[in-house]
Order: sequence, then C-alpha cells, then structure tokens
Amino acid sequence: MTTKAQPPPPPRPRSRSPIGRLRQLGSGWLRTFMRAKRAPYIVLLIILILFPFIDTNQGHIDVAQDAGRWILLALGLNIVVGYAGLLDLGYAAFFAIGSYAYAMLASGQFNLHVPFWILLVASAFVAALFGVILGAPTLRLRGDYLAIVTLGFGEIVPRVFRNSSKYTGGVNGIVGVDQPSLPHVLGFPGYKFLFNPVPYYYVILTVLVVSILLIVNLRNSRLGRAWMAIREDEVAAASTGINTVTTKLLAFAMGASFSGFAGTYYTAKLFLVTPESFSFIVSVTVLIMIVLGGMGNIVGVIVGSLIIYFLISYVLVQLPGWLTSLQASVNLPFLNNVDLGAFAQNSKYLIFGIILVAIMLLRPQGLIPSAQRKVELELGIQEEAVADLRGSA
Amino acid sequence: MRFFVDTLSLGLTQGAVFALIALGYTLVYGIIELINFAHGDVFTIGAFIGLNLIALFGMQTWSPALLIPGLILLFAITMALNGLLGVLIERVAYRPLRNAPRLAPLITAVGMSFVLEGVLFLIKGPNQIAYPNLFPGGSISLGFASVGETNLIIIVLTAILMIGLQQFIQRTNVGRAMRATAQDRDAARLMGININRIIAITFFIGSALAAAGGIIYGFYNESISFDLGFRSGLIAFTAAVFGGIGNVVGASLGGFIIGLILAFADSYTTWGLQWADVVVFSILILVLVFRPTGLLGMRVPEK
Repeated sequence: MTTKAQPPPPPRPRSRSPIGRLRQLGSGWLRTFMRAKRAPYIVLLIILILFPFIDTNQGHIDVAQDAGRWILLALGLNIVVGYAGLLDLGYAAFFAIGSYAYAMLASGQFNLHVPFWILLVASAFVAALFGVILGAPTLRLRGDYLAIVTLGFGEIVPRVFRNSSKYTGGVNGIVGVDQPSLPHVLGFPGYKFLFNPVPYYYVILTVLVVSILLIVNLRNSRLGRAWMAIREDEVAAASTGINTVTTKLLAFAMGASFSGFAGTYYTAKLFLVTPESFSFIVSVTVLIMIVLGGMGNIVGVIVGSLIIYFLISYVLVQLPGWLTSLQASVNLPFLNNVDLGAFAQNSKYLIFGIILVAIMLLRPQGLIPSAQRKVELELGIQEEAVADLRGSA
Repeated sequence: MRFFVDTLSLGLTQGAVFALIALGYTLVYGIIELINFAHGDVFTIGAFIGLNLIALFGMQTWSPALLIPGLILLFAITMALNGLLGVLIERVAYRPLRNAPRLAPLITAVGMSFVLEGVLFLIKGPNQIAYPNLFPGGSISLGFASVGETNLIIIVLTAILMIGLQQFIQRTNVGRAMRATAQDRDAARLMGININRIIAITFFIGSALAAAGGIIYGFYNESISFDLGFRSGLIAFTAAVFGGIGNVVGASLGGFIIGLILAFADSYTTWGLQWADVVVFSILILVLVFRPTGLLGMRVPEK
C-alpha cells in the first residue's frame, strides 16, 4: 500500500445516459478497485466463490464461515484501532448488542419475527447508535481513558443482558431464534437456510467483499486521511481544521456497526444467544488478530485473523492430543506424571498474552504492516526523548 | 443498627483492598501516564505469593506470640517479592516502549495482564483456592453492635500503609523526585534525577501495596482464584479515577467509597448482588465523562 498522494483526476463531463451516470456515481470506488493490483484478488475471489463446490465437506464450509465472521469483526476493529488509533477494549459489547437485537426481535421471546435481512442492516445501525452514545461524551477524553471506558462498557453490556432475564432469558439466553430464509418472489421458490452452512458462507463472503471495498475506499477518502492525521498527531490534525471529535466518533460508530452486523449473523447461524459469549476474551481475541496481522493494513488484518482463528479453533484444540501422544511415544519416566494435555488446554491466556507483548516489543507494525504505520511506530521508538513525550501521539 | 455497622465494616474492609490496588494505578499513572492493565493481576500474584509463603513456613500452626512478628515478616517478604515483580514487568514490557506511540504500551499492558493470568491459570488451575485467615477471628462488642477483629486490623493496617506512603512521598528525597518526575519528566532529568530509577521505584511501591492488598483479600475472603485481578483491578481503577487519578489521597478515598457503595448496594437493595458491578462500572464512565479529574484530582487531562 503506497501512501503517495494521487493527483486529482480531471473532472469528467456529466454523462447523459442513466448507465453512464451510474458509472460515474460509483467511479470512486471502482477506480480504487482497479488501481489495486487486482488480478490475484479476483482469482482468489473466484476460488472462494467456488469453494463449496470444490470442497463439499460441510464441516469445512462451517469453519470457513466462522473464520469469515472473525475477519468481519477484525476489519471493524481495525477502523477504530488501526486507522483512528483509538484503543477499544469493549468491542465485544457491540457484538453482544447486535446479537441480542436479532435474538429479541426475531424469535419467540416477544413473538416478533422481523426478517433476518432487515435486522442484519438494522442491528448494524443499533450498534453504531450505541457506539455514538458511548463515544460522544468519552471521545473528548484522552486515548487511554477511552480504553478503560470501553473496557467498563464491555463488562456492563453482557451483565445487563444476563441480569434482565425478563427480556433476555437471563443466563440461559434466547434459544431458537429465527433462521434466515430467502422469500419466494417472482417465481423464485424461496429457500430456507436451516442448519446448512453453505448459504451462510455466501452471506458472509458477500458481506466481506462489500466491506473490504468500502473500507479501502474509506481509507483513501477525506475521512480516512483525517483518521490517520488524528492518529499521528491530534493537535496538528485539529489545527488543520479537522473536527477531531466528530471524526473519531465516526470511526468508533463505524467499527461498532461492523460488530453489530457480525453479532446478528452469529446469532442467526448459532440459532441461540447466551450472555457468556461476549466476555473480555472476545474483545482481546479480535485485538490480537489485528495487532498480529498489522494494524491499519487490510491484508494484514485478514491474515492475522486467519492465523489466530486457526490457533484457537485447531491448534489449541489438537495440542493436548498431540502432546499426550508425543508423551506416550517418547515414554520418558519423569514425564509420565505430568499432565501435558491439561497443560496445553490451559495455556490459551498465556499464549494470547505472549503474542500481544512480543508483537508490541519486537514488531509493533505486525506481520504485514501498513507502510505508514510502520514508519510511525519505528520512528516513535527510535526517537530520542527531546520534546514533551506526554503529547497526544 | 447491627446490620448497618456490619455493612459499614464490610464496606470499609473491601474498600481497603480496592484502595491498596488503586494506589498502584494512581502512582504509575501519575508518573508515566500509563494505565497499567496488568496491575490487577499483580495483585492476584501478590495474594498467591503470600499463600505459598504461609504454606512454606507452616504459619497456620504457629503460636499467637510468634504470629505477630511472623505476620510482619510475611507482609514484608511478600511485598518485596511482588515489588520486584512489578519492577521486572516495567523493565521488560514498558521501558522499551516509553517513547513509542501511546497505543503500544497500552496494548502491551493488556498483553502483560494476560501473561500473568495465563501463568497463574497454568499453575493454579481455574478453581477457587482456600486461603487461611491468620488474623484473629473474634469480634469486639460495642454494645449496640460488634465489629470483627479481622476487619479492624485490616482497616488499621491499610491506614498505616497509606500514611506511610503519603509521608514517603512528601518527606523523603525519593518521594520528592517522584513528584518532580510526575510533574515534568524532562525537567526532572535535567535536575539530575535518574528517571529510570524513579519509575522502577514507583512500580515497586505500587506492586508492594497491591501484594499487601492481596494478602488482606485472601485473609478476609478465605479463597482466591487466578482471575481475581480482572474484576478487582477494574473496580480499583474506578476507585482511582473516582478519587482523581494521579492523586494518592484521592485513590485511598476512592477505594473506601467504592467499597462502601458495593457493600451497601449488596446489603440494602434486592438488586444489589446482581447489579453492583454494573453500578460501579457506570460510575467509572460517568465520572470520566462529567468530572475526569475526579473528586480531588488536580491533574487536568489534556484532551
């Protein structure tokens, strides 16, 4: 990703035909899309579209769609942390809000059955609204206060859902939410998703493609550049005329909306929602994904998400088995009394912590860094302390 | 009346623990403006160090005459060890990032918190672990009510530690250097203060106080678990913010007030048990929004 400023394109004459106008309307993101070296991405997209036909194992597709949900969460948090440089430690709260919005409005709980497709979009707005409610007063504060406010919010939301058992089913949550379906219109017979992972896979794939196009476009827009300016130097950004509070609020709300979106999707797929699914570890997992991959870089974020997803859903699950079989095959007497399986099973917190600390100390820009972010982080570290370090860097 | 006094002493006792943790947050924040997310887990480790020392020395079977010097020794050793842990964490995780963008040490602090919790989880497992109470368990009758001896000792002990800290910061040369560093690090350096040493001392004191809080928590609640520090840490941070972050007296006051709020919500309301945490965390957000300097804070956030 180069950060060279593109010369502004000469204004094109207004097209008279409706199709031409439509093309002009979308020309911004289309140009962005074209400018990227698109061939490998298009090949990748085609492979992903064909994936359920190549691999008919439903278990694999289920894994793929779940990984897609994590990528969506990571892309949203990347807007907040990676672009705007705001540490949001309560990201799971918005995920919970999206989940419960769907579970309460599309289940037997209140006997409301709003269609999935409407709620998918609506819950994104609901989550964004909560983002604004939380962010509007707190984004004026310094960055590290925001971290603790979001952490507090992340603790409050699941507790509220757990305690308001009258509306949310309490500890047991809400079971048996509506499953999405395609309506039968214009002769199309209609289609029920049920427990088949394939349609979910296509939903999440579509959402991801649209999201990525949107984010790429956002990053290069006036707003995206404003985010990065604030991240680098808030005082300087404000003095160039950026309204820092509004700009930060937009990042916060947009990140929240991705989380709400993912929440609705997750609940519909899982068929139920419980307050236990939204603990602090979820927020931290998403944070690790973007920190590992490279804050501010979309490819990095996706790769980071996939690595961490692989780690938690495969390596950590298999590790106890591997270690016990290794233990048995090596057959060292002093190892026989050690329960390596349990040891591996319990190491998730430690592994997460080590990844976070090691990345920040050794490679703060992440595995696949955004060029801009890399310069900031490296310069920041090498710079000798001359000026006031307590500035809003 | 009896019920009121019980609640009051419960509130002050758990408030003492929160205050001891909050002091660590406030000291570190005052001096390097970092929210040390790992501090809650440093508190848990302090509690576990104390537990292991008690088992090591077999202190449960000591005679009462021997127990008083024994307890002083227990607190001293645990606080020293935990203080060294705090210094180590600062040296390994925070010092290399002191000049990095703000986000970096914050994320590292979250990571450190997980490392400490992970280590405890590996060693101690997920269950609650019993903790002996070596303080006398009787109670003193006041006529209209009675106060537990444990509670009384805890409150007095905490007060002694707090006054000691306050005197240390106000009266000694190191304390003066700490205040100078908090005010303006570069000017302090130009005056010949060894900044790294002062920051290390600050972490040592904060972690040592957390260790004292950890032992007290163990004695009072008689069980601890690996993830104790997350909730306690967040509540204690609320206390620090409530009192005015960066302000030592404020953190102590904030700790006691939060402890009392929790105790009275628990005892006097039907919703208290379920909603107390929500109330505390809401206080955190509301204080930050409406009065970010806290009750006594003088330090005005830059933005």
